[in-house]
Amino acid sequence: MNATGTRTEKSKPVIPWLAADTVTGIRRQRMLMGYLFIAPTIIGLVIFIVGPMLYTFYLSFHEWNVFRPPVFVGLDNFERLLNDKRVFTSFKNTFLLVIMTVSLLEVLALALALAVKRVTNNYLGYILRTAYFMPVLLSGAAVAVTLSYLFHQDFGIINYYLGKIGIDKIPWLTSRDYVLIAISLTTVWRNLGFTFIIYLGGVSTMPDEVLEAAEVDGARGFRKLWSVILPLLSPTILFATVTDMIKMLQFFDEPFIMTRGGPGDASRTVVMMMYDAGFSSFNFGYASTIALALFSVIMLVTAAQFILSRRWVFYG
Amino acid sequence: MSSIAIENADRTTTGRPFKLPRVDISLWLTYLFLAVMLILTLAPIVWVVATSMRTPAQSFTLPPKWIPTDLDFSNYSQVFDEIPFWRQIGNSFIITLSVVAGQLVTTTLAGYAFARLRFPGRNILFWVVLATMMIPGQAIIIPVFVLISRELGLGDTLWALIIPSLPSAFGVFLLRQYFLQIPFDFEEAAMLDGANQWIIFSRIYFPLASPGMAILAILTFNAKWNDYFTPLIFMSTPEKFPITMGIVDLQGYMGTGSISVVLAGIVLSTIPVVIIYVLGQRYLLEGLMSGGLKG
Repeated sequence: MNATGTRTEKSKPVIPWLAADTVTGIRRQRMLMGYLFIAPTIIGLVIFIVGPMLYTFYLSFHEWNVFRPPVFVGLDNFERLLNDKRVFTSFKNTFLLVIMTVSLLEVLALALALAVKRVTNNYLGYILRTAYFMPVLLSGAAVAVTLSYLFHQDFGIINYYLGKIGIDKIPWLTSRDYVLIAISLTTVWRNLGFTFIIYLGGVSTMPDEVLEAAEVDGARGFRKLWSVILPLLSPTILFATVTDMIKMLQFFDEPFIMTRGGPGDASRTVVMMMYDAGFSSFNFGYASTIALALFSVIMLVTAAQFILSRRWVFYG
Repeated sequence: MSSIAIENADRTTTGRPFKLPRVDISLWLTYLFLAVMLILTLAPIVWVVATSMRTPAQSFTLPPKWIPTDLDFSNYSQVFDEIPFWRQIGNSFIITLSVVAGQLVTTTLAGYAFARLRFPGRNILFWVVLATMMIPGQAIIIPVFVLISRELGLGDTLWALIIPSLPSAFGVFLLRQYFLQIPFDFEEAAMLDGANQWIIFSRIYFPLASPGMAILAILTFNAKWNDYFTPLIFMSTPEKFPITMGIVDLQGYMGTGSISVVLAGIVLSTIPVVIIYVLGQRYLLEGLMSGGLKG
């Protein structure tokens, strides 16, 4: 062990090709190790993500009710999708939810991060960070159950306090006009802490010299926020917005538990439509087509964000 | 709030000794905003805990009572009568811990290989891994369901919730970042001491990447423990449900009768996540803030 000389004498390499005392041997060892180490991940991803993705594509051209083998139907499912008013509604609902939820999330999380940065007392800052993060620990299911009590028209606390300031009882979960707002607020409540922490990371790495230089130059208040802080934070804003949008385009737990998509289809999301087509009607082909449509939308939205980001994201 | 007063006092005494304190309106507005957000964030949690300790008759009282009085823990024992709570919480533990452990193994190995080992095709394979991160889990649930339930016959077993989650593209990406940050010097020193490739990985790199592993473990624990969609698709026997499904069932059984019991169930089911969070929050918050996720 202690001297290289004894090592070469003692251990005759089992496989000469992989001899540990030559440079090529070590290089080959590391190569082999590389393939072995990535094997579980690559095999797993191929079986459970890449394969299923291709199979989704395949199924979307087929009619399949699980009990008989899939039948090729060409573009029938896509034609049906384009004429399906309920699918259209579900996309509309999902977009509305995404727009409301993500814009509220980003603005509040950013404001909260900038506000927490101004707290100079370390202990207070720590307490605030921990407190704002708390709802993230709850499951979407638990939050949906809890908030559906809080949003209850007659017994809910929210309407009780709104009544105190003179607002009539709002039928949060039973009216087409309010149901998406209620679900959106529920989701913002649960996810704000996570987005906030990401922004806090961005805020705490802002270079102090730049901020001070801006103040010396007379930039204050809104001017400083718009011309200095936001450009500095733009990579964080892009990252948080994209990940939040991808997450919210897959809305399911909250509307499924709080309203079952109702009233009518007023809060039915795309993933709920897919779930119904696949696991209630057992039409796996059509469900795959809906999934594929959702996937394309997610891709488009993400790509659009990155392309547009060239105009506003500033990498210092 | 007292600390603000102290700070302002400090500033006036040290900075401008003989003048009245200048009222910094924007700072006060900041604290007002922080306070309002704090109330909005904590109020539902306080309400859940307070109401879970009320008698069913009192659970819907308005105005809401925020401080639990006449503590009544019968709701908690009733949770155990309504759903197989211990079984379901046990299921959640088995599923979550298996996935966390499995992901740590697969992602550490792959993260190390992509960061520190050279082999033909490395970059292309890494791009493939990154690309799978873009595919939303719910868009591919039907083929995964067909594979697990029909082809492998694992539907309605805990395996159905464990096996597909074992690889994690996100985890590989995260841990690769951590391995990349470790200086090469350590490796060279070990090589000179005659360490073989496995020892270099297991004794040098592995321990140094533990903060990244902690972040991944906590995020995975949180996501898996709180997952509702996947079990909804795979599971049909209540004894095999994880606790998230149990809670929704509990709400169904209790209707609008006694929400206190439902809330007691929510409190009980959240305790494990809180414990994990308390143990690892230092790593988690620092890691998320340091931009380990952004790369």
